[in-house]
Amino acid sequence: MEIKYSFQGEELNVVMKGELDECTAPYVRLSLDTILKDLNGGDTKLVLDLGGVSFMDSTGIGVLLGRYNKFRKSNVNIYIKNPQGHVNRILEMTGIYEIMPKIS
Amino acid sequence: MDSFENFENKFYLKLDAKLINEGFARSMVATFCVQLNPSISEINDIKTAVSEAVTNSIVHGYSKEKRGDIEIYVGIKNNVVYIKVVDLGTGIEDIDKARQPFFTTKSQEERSGMGFTLMESFMDTLNVYNNADGGVTVEMTKEIKSNL
Repeated sequence: MEIKYSFQGEELNVVMKGELDECTAPYVRLSLDTILKDLNGGDTKLVLDLGGVSFMDSTGIGVLLGRYNKFRKSNVNIYIKNPQGHVNRILEMTGIYEIMPKIS
Repeated sequence: MDSFENFENKFYLKLDAKLINEGFARSMVATFCVQLNPSISEINDIKTAVSEAVTNSIVHGYSKEKRGDIEIYVGIKNNVVYIKVVDLGTGIEDIDKARQPFFTTKSQEERSGMGFTLMESFMDTLNVYNNADGGVTVEMTKEIKSNL
């Protein structure tokens, strides 16, 4: 799994590429937490670009829910961008878009 | 369910219950199923179901102290893929409860509790039971319709 991020004003863009499963989840969790912990407060829009994620299972859902629960108190609003076919299907099935809206 | 020996084509895989083997396991099963000309969606369904079953064995069946093997049987007959994932871990205390959406015994580890729900959604049949000599067996089937 490859993770890159960049800031555009108050918007934090995180681009993920690879497979998100039990094997890669600890790295994804640590990377996102490291990026997010350095935020200086205030509302932040976190955009997770999943266009490069070729595989995700329920472990990935757990990672996303975990980040939501951990950072919502810090006013971090998470959005999901570019999920591909199967990843999008899993996100829809599990209702993730209700708390992390999909944006284009 | 047919006996494993009666399938037209089949393969068997035994591997250490290690996270690093998870991607290998689902890719091997998916590659074997390519002979039925499945759609990308059908292949992804199978990969996800296998990944969920193998993850369950590693995370819930075994522990850091007790490692073991996972056996995967894959058979094909009349456009139907049969997959059996077997571990010799601790077993599941309440299978009906474990199959409910969002149920997890490890919420502190950020588990979504959606593993069995995804298996059930992506496959045509799902059967889960504790083995007499310990551990869990997950049996799943899926008809490949895209080549009909």
